[in-house]
Amino acid sequence: MPETQLETGNQKLETDLKEVAVDLVRRAMDGGATAAECVVREGDEFSTLVRLGQVETLKESGSKAVGVRVFFGKRAASTYSSDFSREGLDRMLKSALELARITSEDPFSGIPDESQLGSVSGDLDLFYEDVYSLPGEQRIEYARRAEKAALDTDPRIKNSDGGSFDAATGHKVLANSHGFVGEYRRSYCSLAAVPIAQDSNGNMQRDYWFSVARTLQKLESPEQVGKIAAQRTLRRLGARKVKTAKVPVVFDPLVATSILEHIFEGVNGDSVYRGASFLAGKLGEKIASDNVNVIDDGTLPGGFGSSPFDSEGVPTRRTVVIEKGFLKSYLLNTYTAKKLGLQTTANASRGLAGTPGIGPGNYFLQPGSRTPQEIIAGIPEGLYVTEFLGHGANLVTGDYSRGASGLWISGGQLTYPVEEITVAGNLKDMFLNITEIGNDLEFRGAVASPTIRIDGLTVGGE
Amino acid sequence: MSNTFFFQHYGLTPRDLERYLAAALSAGGDYADLYFEYLSSTSLMVDEGMVKSASQGISAGCGIRVVAGERTGYAYTDDLTPARILHAARTAALIASGPAKEPVVGFQEKPARSLYPVTLPSVDAEITAKVELVMRGDKAARAYDPRIKEVRASYADELRHILVVGSDGTYAEDSQPLARLNVSTIAKGDGSSGRGSAGGGGRVALDFFFGEKTPEYFAGEAARQAILQLEAREAPAGEMEVVLGPGWPGVLLHEAVGHGLEADFNRKKTSAFTGLIGRRVASEKCTVVDNGTMPWRRGSLNVDDEGQPTQNTVLIENGILKNYLSDKLSSRLMGMADTGNGRRESYEHIPMPRMTNTYMLAGQDDPQDIIRSVKHGIYAVNFGGGQVDITNGKFVFSASEAYLIEDGKVTAPIRGATLIGNGPDVLTRVSMVGNDLKLDEGVGTCGKDGQSVPVGVGIPTIKVDRLTVGGTARRDPGGFMQ
Repeated sequence: MPETQLETGNQKLETDLKEVAVDLVRRAMDGGATAAECVVREGDEFSTLVRLGQVETLKESGSKAVGVRVFFGKRAASTYSSDFSREGLDRMLKSALELARITSEDPFSGIPDESQLGSVSGDLDLFYEDVYSLPGEQRIEYARRAEKAALDTDPRIKNSDGGSFDAATGHKVLANSHGFVGEYRRSYCSLAAVPIAQDSNGNMQRDYWFSVARTLQKLESPEQVGKIAAQRTLRRLGARKVKTAKVPVVFDPLVATSILEHIFEGVNGDSVYRGASFLAGKLGEKIASDNVNVIDDGTLPGGFGSSPFDSEGVPTRRTVVIEKGFLKSYLLNTYTAKKLGLQTTANASRGLAGTPGIGPGNYFLQPGSRTPQEIIAGIPEGLYVTEFLGHGANLVTGDYSRGASGLWISGGQLTYPVEEITVAGNLKDMFLNITEIGNDLEFRGAVASPTIRIDGLTVGGE
Repeated sequence: MSNTFFFQHYGLTPRDLERYLAAALSAGGDYADLYFEYLSSTSLMVDEGMVKSASQGISAGCGIRVVAGERTGYAYTDDLTPARILHAARTAALIASGPAKEPVVGFQEKPARSLYPVTLPSVDAEITAKVELVMRGDKAARAYDPRIKEVRASYADELRHILVVGSDGTYAEDSQPLARLNVSTIAKGDGSSGRGSAGGGGRVALDFFFGEKTPEYFAGEAARQAILQLEAREAPAGEMEVVLGPGWPGVLLHEAVGHGLEADFNRKKTSAFTGLIGRRVASEKCTVVDNGTMPWRRGSLNVDDEGQPTQNTVLIENGILKNYLSDKLSSRLMGMADTGNGRRESYEHIPMPRMTNTYMLAGQDDPQDIIRSVKHGIYAVNFGGGQVDITNGKFVFSASEAYLIEDGKVTAPIRGATLIGNGPDVLTRVSMVGNDLKLDEGVGTCGKDGQSVPVGVGIPTIKVDRLTVGGTARRDPGGFMQ
């Protein structure tokens, strides 16, 4: 059985957590389980918020917790605890073994086959100790500089929800009764600014910008973050409603990402086997326009969605979800793969309790060749959306209706800001109507999209 | 005081608490508090008629806060040994920089309320009874109509023991039960699909689901919604008259005004409601309260997460803005009373002003008259969730069950649509308020700054004269074009 190599860090502690996991699996089997899985998670976090130049909050802490999943044949149950004392772990294990007696026999339940387990080889570039390397004063200074850059941009930026600097590290250990033991560490740091601008009528607008990275080296400068946040806020001043109309709509990368997430939810094996998705049963069919290629790849070095193995111990991989508009693959864990008669795509995702769900690796829409400016230039009258409000998407019916704000496009140019409007359509049509894809793909999380243009949507206003 | 859960289980003494607070104030500061939490929980899920998932868990820890002026230092530990708590206290203390401050010696416990006196917390009840609930929910939903193809019934409960002590002598403890049963359904018709979801509960014992609100009740409701969607027509788009049904549509109040009245935003002057106390923000028919003292309710608390007793706070009285919702920090900095709204998700989180149960008081109008008064509009009775931008005041909430109103009559069901408006003026357009106030079933969870807390909402039937409906069908002067 392959094991992931130990990465840098506190060797002593890691060994302890692995021992805890392996020991719990062994004791579950001794207690009569036919299969068992144990996950241990440990993390540290630091955050600081500076508002109007003054420190507002400083938070620093760490925690760890453990979860087990046990099987009696085809029955399963899970328990978790934050108490690592002998009694705490005993009690957790005992209740898991008891609980598994009241669940149903499910012919498809179980952990992955031994042959499926393993880990991506090589360094995925996920952990940098430098996220904690800044002295306390300098972390605060980072947050302060981001906010100051926003406040200094324009006199209309009169208030602020602050500048912030956050850092976190996480360590995960997974062990199961097929002998799999794996672990990895990931680090994270981010910088954000949230300025508030006010116009001459006293109306306020707020927006934000942020940078996120696995190492301080790749974080954008506080000045850059603050300045972009200010520009995004200022351009919203004086926003108005528009008349209800059907017009082309361009979505900036952040909001386009949230549209792309609906495809993710739609190809999520859990929704698919239940028929709870507008994409269920559509494998091999044309579901998006020709220019649409969607990839899920859990192996990208440094990626926010990367890990050497998924939450069931299956090595992560690259999966083509949509190719030239055709649905090529669902995203699956072991259970949903068995239900659908397919193979897992190593997208198992789990917290400490419950059965594994499905989560993205690095999930993205492949960029096109045109700049956002060129896409906008081709639209006589339309809407450029920069923010969504609410979550009005129904994956079962495909009904889609969300609050939005952004800028009105007229004569191929961004003109005045708009707000208090809705964007509505049906997910079944929306992806077939992606008429343009920008060249501006950039990862700011596990899911990413470039700018996109969708036709046929209804903009609801006056 | 010696009977507390934490004294018994972790060997804490009042002397220890004083020592931890002294460590928290070792570098000065105005105030420090400790929040001990022990949370046990159960969850069960039935899918395809099988109990596929069952889980139980325990998490415990202590969060330590030090406040110095407007600054807050925070640290927590999930290891409740003196060494780790002292370490966290000293970490939180770093927010201040001055000579050590002496906390008050001795604690005062305020008279306790008992809004949820369950004799046997559901988390300790027999698991087989909980299995029965989800299995009954599954069965009833399937029996409702052959077009119901998929059913998921889930049950979750928890018991949270808390102890809050503050350097001002605050001492409060509480045991907070919470239970919820939910049924979700998918219906398939000829080329169409529908989705339904219904659930409820509160700070109740397990017998609640065997008496007052049974699995069959929630299952029937979830199945009815899914079947209804099979026939739904396109929703209209644009501004129109909107009638909200009683109960859960009160999420309008939560988004449109509730968040904007949380004191932290107003202290920082970042809310669209900043400076509007004493001003008209609603029609005179509107009186809105936030009431944390309702027995058994999901949003209720005997004391908030800062140890302050909750209360019934009038937010808007006959259209005039009266109060903000505050916690200790905001009340001290703003020189206003603490309304007992300081809440947090867990010991890992810093408390902040949050809602409890937010609702509009009943008015005089007959709900039937309200519908009859509408020529062209929609009648929305169920919602998914909502969201608000508190700075510009824009809010949305998404209707999951709604109907057209044509010439004073409720006609066809329409597809899901988001409604969008402006918080500080939407209630000024409320022209009728029904006499049928209803609270929601106990399903609400509110998120703010990454922290989730259980809340309640409620509203009578109301008419909003003008609100933007985000459908797909264009409106024609004579009616709606499909």
